[in-house]
Amino acid sequence: MAKTLDKVDVVTVGVGWTGGIIAAECAKAGMKVRGLERGQNRGTEDFSLVHDEYRYAIRYELMQDLSKETITFRNNMKQRALPMRQLGSFLLGEGLGGAGTHWNGMTYRFLPYDFQIKSETEKKYGKNKVSSDYLLQDWGITYDELEPYYDRFEKTMGLSGEDTNPFWGKRSSDFPTPPMKKTPLLQKFEKAAKDLGYHPYMVPSANLSQPYENPDGSQINACQYCGFCERFGCEYGAKASPEVTVIPAAKKTGNYDIIFNANVVEVLKKGNKTTGVRYIDTQTGEEVIQPADVVVLTSYMMNNAKLLMVSNIGEQYDPATGKGTLGKNYCYQIEPGATGFFDEQMNTFMGAGALGMTIDDFNADNFDHTDLDFIHGASISFVQSGSRPIGTNPVPSDVPLWGAEFKKASIENFTRTLDVFGQGASIPHKHNYLSLDPTYKDKYGVPLLQMTYNFTEQDRNLHKFITKKTVEVMEKMGAKKTEGGGPLAEYDIAPYQSTHNTGGTTMGNDPQNSVVNTYLQHWDMENLFVVGAGNFNHNSGYNPTATVGALAYRTAEGIQKYRQKGGSLV
Amino acid sequence: MAKTTKGVSRRDFLKTTGIAAGTLVGGGLIGGLVGYNANKGNSSVATAPAEDHHDADINRGLMFFTKRRDFEILAQATERIFPEDELGPGAIGLGVPYFIDNQLAGNYGSNAREYMQGPFHEGGLTQGYQTRLTRAELFMNGIHTMDQEANKRFSKGFAELEGDQMDEILTDLQKDEIKMKGVSSAFFFKLLRSATLEGAYADPIYNGNVNMEGWKMKGFPGHQMSYINQIEDEKFHKIDPKSISSMQH
Ligand SMILES: Cc1cc2nc3c(=O)[nH]c(=O)nc-3n(C[C@H](O)[C@H](O)[C@H](O)COP(=O)(O)OP(=O)(O)OC[C@H]3O[C@@H](n4cnc5c(N)ncnc54)[C@H](O)[C@@H]3O)c2cc1C
Ligand code: SF4
Repeated sequence: MAKTLDKVDVVTVGVGWTGGIIAAECAKAGMKVRGLERGQNRGTEDFSLVHDEYRYAIRYELMQDLSKETITFRNNMKQRALPMRQLGSFLLGEGLGGAGTHWNGMTYRFLPYDFQIKSETEKKYGKNKVSSDYLLQDWGITYDELEPYYDRFEKTMGLSGEDTNPFWGKRSSDFPTPPMKKTPLLQKFEKAAKDLGYHPYMVPSANLSQPYENPDGSQINACQYCGFCERFGCEYGAKASPEVTVIPAAKKTGNYDIIFNANVVEVLKKGNKTTGVRYIDTQTGEEVIQPADVVVLTSYMMNNAKLLMVSNIGEQYDPATGKGTLGKNYCYQIEPGATGFFDEQMNTFMGAGALGMTIDDFNADNFDHTDLDFIHGASISFVQSGSRPIGTNPVPSDVPLWGAEFKKASIENFTRTLDVFGQGASIPHKHNYLSLDPTYKDKYGVPLLQMTYNFTEQDRNLHKFITKKTVEVMEKMGAKKTEGGGPLAEYDIAPYQSTHNTGGTTMGNDPQNSVVNTYLQHWDMENLFVVGAGNFNHNSGYNPTATVGALAYRTAEGIQKYRQKGGSLV
Repeated sequence: MAKTTKGVSRRDFLKTTGIAAGTLVGGGLIGGLVGYNANKGNSSVATAPAEDHHDADINRGLMFFTKRRDFEILAQATERIFPEDELGPGAIGLGVPYFIDNQLAGNYGSNAREYMQGPFHEGGLTQGYQTRLTRAELFMNGIHTMDQEANKRFSKGFAELEGDQMDEILTDLQKDEIKMKGVSSAFFFKLLRSATLEGAYADPIYNGNVNMEGWKMKGFPGHQMSYINQIEDEKFHKIDPKSISSMQH
């Protein structure tokens, strides 16, 4: 028999950015909040030995233990889905802070166009610009409606940046802290971009340019540009992460606690309400029931979708009929880019996760698509995040990948190579979706999530277009030799690409085509909220977390409203 | 984060093998290292460490391999992948074979943090690691395959081959032209190559990158507390590297 704990007002499944934001806001509003996190406690003081590329960046010390749970993957419905046995394409978080512990901190708001992508595209280019195989959809909310929540998230982080990008939506206030240092390498990109007539700006960075105290009273320190940032925790407490911001804020209220080693396996329900969750204590194997008035899924977009599926909440999307919403609109990102080889040695090993500059001249609908065979676009950036020697072995494509020539070239180019890369939007396709795997199970006997995904025609066309642009910028930067990446092939689960997985639990203003409403309240279950990049209807040409955090703040507000009035919030 | 454009390696891995075959032949320098206990006093000796470095190497030894012969094959193969040259030591001199041995004895070798539940099926090219073999098993399998191949082609063990003969076999592994049980040879080669680079450049606490020579060649300063005072400089900084172990001592 499962043990049953005392009821709490709000339980979150997972304690990363989304779980932390919900906890801080609800606890401040007087609710008793409990976080169930399957990983371990950790924080700044645990990261003094973190400058170890092999352990943290190559063997993924801080990330999900796949021996317990993974996903299965196939490129298309005809293929047999097989487990992702090793981490690769994306790096799932685990433990306090989730992936927010080891993220880069590039924190862009999405563009106004993103939220109204379908109506904007039809208005400007007509109904036939995009084939109906692409499940283009407005988000049910506008940029202006989301702006106050972006603002709050940025103030929580102390985001460092400059409001000079002509393509952004209107900001209600300037960045809380000034931009990071514009290093000589960034200036190289800036100059090239300007010479080409583009509009470079400093990447909004959660590695802070100066010490900052946020409105909750949490202190974030100044970044030291240590070069061990993405895939690492920050030993200075200088990277805005849940452990240094929202989690202490929640704890300070006395209304919050976290149970670690708690792997949630089911959302419990009675009629059309949830009553709490069931979890396995991973140390004892014991089953525990945590009753709650409000359940919030904050377990990353993959597990959010999986928990809904295994708990039979909502209707699974079926690509054959187009019916059902759960699992639909799974999107990712494409990463066209160019590598430039230079003669002079540069300090490429110095850096910070979000130290960079970007142009949006080819992002969203910031340029005319009338004669183009794709919509949307990509941000194009140069980022000096700190090269490390196992991960960075750049050689021109005519050099073999091992042996004497390789050794010489990869050593020579370690400090003589720069990359310009795009983060390309990903548009939902009817054949790209999430479902439950019929064969493989996690350690607790629960089916694994199955991903059916491949790049699309739209992706290939956009990739080709942006690759050319990145080559032009790199050439302008003065590389003696520039190589653009090859054409986009099949999506491959093995090499790292990006942890910007989106969709599956989409938001909207119509239960026919979305899983949650614009407060991320489940359409079928009023006291269940589902928060994460899973709510995105498509993925933009940026990193996702600013938008994820903004949505979490809005959800927290929704939960407070719900506690007062009950019922549907829309 | 976008990091895939670093290096041109990923999809070109298989494509460029043809070039590799043509350009790697004739490794004069390395040929001299072949065989047991060759080059006494040279930093590139893989075997019999105790005989050559009594004091320094007392903390180093084989934790995974039981047969010296297998270890020697591994050592020679890694040296072909990352050879000694005028820039500095190759894989053997950097302790890469020991690094790999030690890793195979732990979580890495047993795939402890990876999903190893069946059923196992041969995956498509885009589905990643699908073999039922752990890395430890895979390395043994690969090493024996290399040895068999050497015997078949040259009537000698792999470790006794000339450099260009080793390269021929390695290239065929890379091009997936050698049959292996339970896994493709291209997959094994990829693993071997990655492990070699990991051993050359991991922090020396893992028993590779001896004396931080890998970092010194590459201009990588290892663990440094901060670059806040240098990052705005135009000039390149050559910095003496430090191991993360310096934080503990
Ligand atoms: C290397 C890297 C770099 C990145 N860089 C950037 C960047 O520069 N900019 C950007 O915007 N984004 C970046 N991201 C993405 C960003 O980290 C994520 O978008 C963000 O952290 C997601 O927050 P989350 O709360 O949705 O999920 P997570 O942070 O993944 O948190 C989910 C938590 O839930 C727990 N959990 C999962 N399932 C269960 C269960 N069943 N029971 C109990 N607990 C569970 C997990 O252990 C985890 O701690 C990066 C990601 C990585 C990996
Ligand atoms: S680069 Fe800055 S924010 Fe990132 S880990 Fe180092 S000090 Fe922290």
